[in-house]
Amino acid sequence: MPTIYIDGQAHEVSEGDNLLQAALGLGLDLPYFCWHPAMGSIGACRQCAVLQYQDEDDTRGRIVMGCMTPVTEGARFSLAADRAQAFREDIIESLMLNHPHDCPVCAEGGECHLQDMTVMVGHRDREYQGRKNTHRNQHLGPLIHHEMNRCITCYRCTRYYRDYAGGTDLAAMASHDHVYFGRHEEGVLESEFAGNLVEVCPTGVFTDKSLVHDYTRKWDLQSAPSVCTACSVGCNIMPGERYGKLKRIHNRFNHDVNGYFLCDRGRFGGHFVNSEDRIPAVGKRDGDGRFSAVDADSAVSSIAALLRQGKTIGIGSPRSSVEANYLLRELVGAENYCTGMSAQEGALVQHALQQLEQSQALVPSIRAMESADAVLVLGEDVTNTAPRIALALRQSVRNKAYAMAADLRLEAWQDAAIRNLAQDQRSPLSVLSVAATRLDDVASHTAQLCPDDIARVGFAIAAELEGALPAVDLGAELAELAKTIADTLRSADIPLVVSGTGCGHSGILDASAAIARALTGPDRPAQLSFCLAECNSLGAALVADGAGMGLEEVLELAAQDGIDNLLILENDLFRRTSCSKADSLFQAAGNVVLLDTLTTPTCDNADWVLPTSSFAETEGTLISQEGRAQRHFPVFNSVAPIRENWRWLLDIGHCAEVATCKSMVHFDDVTTSCANTIKTLFGICAAAPAASSVPAADKVPRQTHRFSGRTAMRANISVHEPRQPTDEESPLSFTMEGHSAEHNGALLPYVWSPGWNSNQSLHKYQSAVGGALQGGTAGTRLIEPGDIDAAQESSGSTAPALNAGEYRLVPLYRIFGSEEMSVRAPAVAQLCRPAGLEMPASVAAELGVSNGDGVTLTATTGNVDLEVTINDSLAANCVGYSHGVSGTGGLVPGSATKLCRAENWQRAPELIGTDRGATTA
Amino acid sequence: MSVGATIVFSLVLLLAIVGGAAVLTWFERRLLGIWQDRYGPNRLGPFGILQVLADMLKLLTKHDWVPPFSDKVVFIFAPTAIVVAMMLGFAVVPFSPELYILDINIGLLFFLGMTSLAVYSVLLGGLASNNKYALLGGLRSAAQMVSYEVFMGLSLMGVVMLTGSFSLRDIVEAQRDGWYCIPQALGLYVFIIAGIAESHRLPFDLPEAEHELTAGFHTEYGGMKFTMFMLGEYCGLILLSCMITTLFFGGWLGPVLPPIVWFCLKTFFFICFFILLRAAIPRPRYDQLMSLGWKVMLPLTLINLVATGAIALWMQGA
Amino acid sequence: MYESFISQLRTIWQVLLHSFTKAETVQYPEEQPYLAPRYRGRIVLTRDPDGDERCVACNLCAVACPPDCIALQQGVREDGRWYPEFFRINFSRCIMCGMCEEACPTNAIQLTPDFEMCEYDRQSMVYEKEHLLIDGPGKYHDYNFYRVSGLKIDGKDKGEALNEAEPVDVKSLLP
Repeated sequence: MPTIYIDGQAHEVSEGDNLLQAALGLGLDLPYFCWHPAMGSIGACRQCAVLQYQDEDDTRGRIVMGCMTPVTEGARFSLAADRAQAFREDIIESLMLNHPHDCPVCAEGGECHLQDMTVMVGHRDREYQGRKNTHRNQHLGPLIHHEMNRCITCYRCTRYYRDYAGGTDLAAMASHDHVYFGRHEEGVLESEFAGNLVEVCPTGVFTDKSLVHDYTRKWDLQSAPSVCTACSVGCNIMPGERYGKLKRIHNRFNHDVNGYFLCDRGRFGGHFVNSEDRIPAVGKRDGDGRFSAVDADSAVSSIAALLRQGKTIGIGSPRSSVEANYLLRELVGAENYCTGMSAQEGALVQHALQQLEQSQALVPSIRAMESADAVLVLGEDVTNTAPRIALALRQSVRNKAYAMAADLRLEAWQDAAIRNLAQDQRSPLSVLSVAATRLDDVASHTAQLCPDDIARVGFAIAAELEGALPAVDLGAELAELAKTIADTLRSADIPLVVSGTGCGHSGILDASAAIARALTGPDRPAQLSFCLAECNSLGAALVADGAGMGLEEVLELAAQDGIDNLLILENDLFRRTSCSKADSLFQAAGNVVLLDTLTTPTCDNADWVLPTSSFAETEGTLISQEGRAQRHFPVFNSVAPIRENWRWLLDIGHCAEVATCKSMVHFDDVTTSCANTIKTLFGICAAAPAASSVPAADKVPRQTHRFSGRTAMRANISVHEPRQPTDEESPLSFTMEGHSAEHNGALLPYVWSPGWNSNQSLHKYQSAVGGALQGGTAGTRLIEPGDIDAAQESSGSTAPALNAGEYRLVPLYRIFGSEEMSVRAPAVAQLCRPAGLEMPASVAAELGVSNGDGVTLTATTGNVDLEVTINDSLAANCVGYSHGVSGTGGLVPGSATKLCRAENWQRAPELIGTDRGATTA
Repeated sequence: MSVGATIVFSLVLLLAIVGGAAVLTWFERRLLGIWQDRYGPNRLGPFGILQVLADMLKLLTKHDWVPPFSDKVVFIFAPTAIVVAMMLGFAVVPFSPELYILDINIGLLFFLGMTSLAVYSVLLGGLASNNKYALLGGLRSAAQMVSYEVFMGLSLMGVVMLTGSFSLRDIVEAQRDGWYCIPQALGLYVFIIAGIAESHRLPFDLPEAEHELTAGFHTEYGGMKFTMFMLGEYCGLILLSCMITTLFFGGWLGPVLPPIVWFCLKTFFFICFFILLRAAIPRPRYDQLMSLGWKVMLPLTLINLVATGAIALWMQGA
Repeated sequence: MYESFISQLRTIWQVLLHSFTKAETVQYPEEQPYLAPRYRGRIVLTRDPDGDERCVACNLCAVACPPDCIALQQGVREDGRWYPEFFRINFSRCIMCGMCEEACPTNAIQLTPDFEMCEYDRQSMVYEKEHLLIDGPGKYHDYNFYRVSGLKIDGKDKGEALNEAEPVDVKSLLP
């Protein structure tokens, strides 16, 4: 802990920090632009200039850049010296020379780092009389708005986009004061993480396009801590609401999970909340097959009456909270509870859960993944199934560079120096997948194999690492690959294996676990991470508590004895199983009660439909693929008769006089009851503080202290203002009163600090700059390394062998399209393509089809027509369908399928513009 | 006067005082208006005189509310006490040589006693309201009245010494040679100040200081009960003016005009003077009020008393 | 002590002298007081010299408003202008402080000398944009925000605003 002197005052600072970090950490205000806690320093903007003195007697000092100056014992600085202040003011004046007079019509206004810094240094008048440079904007797709005039050339955007996120299509162009940040031509930004430009850009060059077109200033947004529901990673988000509409989603810092960045699916996919497809009323199907709206309470009592007579099967959902799934389980009884996943997926998730629980390997957080120095991705297209992990893996390959820097005693924040030093040298990242992935550009070893081969190579790697395991018979080429990969993992300090249920192949999970087991040693913490399909896949599996039917079992049950009632919680069965199977289930079931947010095909088959709140209007605990239980809180109240999923179920439970429901009134009661009933979920109460833990006057305000329009927002309806809604379910309040600081890290509704209106104020909430939140890291981990790590038999091939003329059907994922809810967000929907079938050119030639033609796919569940896309990176004899995209519901991953050219196929009209997310090389 | 005439006169007097107090509410506002360069109530009837009627109607029709948390009996009794005490005070005032209700040899003491009784009204009102502002107002009022009572009485002793009687008629008669405002200037000054403090009118209205205490002791009062407090205050104002006239300005004495007219004119002048004080002088702080009382007024009174006594003795000796 | 006593007497005397001065107030409503053009009464929304509404829905008025009585929602018009989809002020809450006028960066909000807004129904005190928008530029005749701002709108391309240079040609190598 070196002691430095700032303006004569002695401060203890952390070893290895730069002065800017140190000053911010001490609570001093030092303006900056190009530095970012996640991206290090390059000293480009010259804004954080300070005076450094040689020794005590030095009165002149010299100007140095804070972000490029390491703190050393006894160093003397001055932030307040006139010369330093004048320098900083001059810098900002020159940065502002060409800045347009845009603040009133800029979506960054009010949370603009440039505004904050300008005010901080006191610059006011543009004394330069010359004309302002202007630029033409580019269309960068439906997500990001570009306004180049506002640029101050800090280079944060390209540093983030190219260096951090690995994008290639955004760059700095031209020279001197003509520098331009954009694409070589207009088009959609290709990176899946482009949305972070909105937060990374210190001014309004890159803004959230949907926000720009329905704008609300930061201070007017009502926000609450929430968790992204778009994939299994569980990134922390801060959705903002105004006038009952979700306006935008910003990153909520979680040191261990998402850090500073989100993926675009999470950032822009939440807008389904405003969808016109929201179910507006409680519906009961009449004799003529149409829904009529009925009173909510009478619906509850009717449904409760139904439940009391006859056999009821409850179908849960991996996209609903633990609490809702638990309540459903209590309503229908554990033996009648179905996790809502298909039998195959359910078994895979259960399998993954078992492996994680038993493995001695650590289930890493995202931050832990970033520290891995050798990574093996086994059969998972991480970029499209759990995008935030892909971004973390991109950082992990830089560990080699950091190691090289450490040898030269270069500080880790010396970004440009380290990149120059390492050039193309990266830590090993091996990607075994069915088709080329977006991580291949930083991978050291890649191979495209069919799922069975991936599993076999996996086991071969495990055998290489641990001689005791039986050797796997592979071809020479693959055996060599397995050996090379095993070598990289063996020599690593922190090896990481990432796999998942993406391929639908349990052998891959086993192989990953076997590798992790082989790697785990007393002095080496191997890491094992599984990507799962949905935000609460793990939670649904845990609620089932080892039991829990798959959908197919429900189907069988229905076929055998018939089911009187089917209670479906936020689940579209047509996505999980084929149309015919779902139809037969609905026919066999007497009464179908559906709780859901948006209309789905399942709605059309329900007898009762209860509208539920979206993630932004309800509280719930989700369990991420890391096994981290995290709570999301409602940002705003849904409009009656829409209720929270748990409240509907609890109301039904009260009405049906279900014993366990009797003592439950509030959400926290449900959580507590769930934690007490299910052993493995014991920790979920600690995911966030309970409502009762905070006194009413001390609740965390969802509104900022500047929140405006309170007495006019609803004045068009009635001039008499209603009382502010109270929130009895959470430690947050729907007002601007209360304390927003000094609370648990899981209760951070927004970040703001005097003089720091932008998201850069985050450092005021952190224990150290870039470190964990002062209130602690949100969420609680449920899965810790186990000790029973019995070697398991290699399960080998799980898929049937291919006959002649058959092809292996493998799922291909799309960041925009594979997830159910995010595609209902208008901006994301624009980037979605219809379902298709990708195949290598060889297969296409056999079938005599080319790009844009149709093929008929003969599956066990019926024929499906899909459009052909040639993708030569696919493994031989594999055809990949767009998983999760409507029209592919019944396709079984890993099955063998026959293909033939579809006659009468109508080619889709040509799309204009770049299509992003395409995995073609 | 016969008993019958006395009863008739006292009834007439009662009506005159209540009516006078009512008119005074309007008159004060008009006068304040003039001194503050505005109009005051001038819309109803000639010069807005009917404002009195309107106000009366308003007050009579207001909800006669007794707070559920108050001490109800005392709460209702309190406002009546001030009116009764002030009215009784008029019993000893000699309006002219013939017009008076009571001429007792302790008239002055009776007046002092009655005005002292008024403090109960304020104190009880403040206590019974069960409201922190009312309580503070009541406490202030008690302290203020107890303090100023002391030298209010003492300031009049000079007059008594010069006259040699407590009878108000005797005091008036004794001023035929010269009004006591000259020899007893100091006494007059102290009496005026103490009188204002006793009737807690501006600038000494600390018990109801609306900037600090909402409305002080009558915070919880409304409608007729509030009216009683106001009535009491205005009666007190009239009574005070009557007493100043009687004690220092020769009462009914005066040339040409009938005695009662002289008395009324003089009284009217002092009423106007008190309204002027209200228009001109800001309210002091509470501690200033107390220190003025004990550190300035009391010594002044004592000096006045001693000097008057000495001079009286010297005159006798001579 | 002595001075303050004199001062009190002086005050009384001077107040007494006011018996002979004229009242400052007037007999409203028969007699209307003079209100300066910059008197702070009801607000209006003005238009720029082109005739388009000046308000760009920046929300600064709303946040400056002490009783929080302004609410609006921004929208983007086809021609690229920001505009308020609705602009609502609850005059039953308005204290006519003029902070919104001061906050307004486009001179759209201007206060007028009209303060006579009595209604029997409080609901009638809620004014929407159509009630507030006037047809002229108000006190500022020439100001046009979009001629100053860098935002591109129909009829004003990049580089055509006040004091702006032609858009940079990124492909040019000239210094």
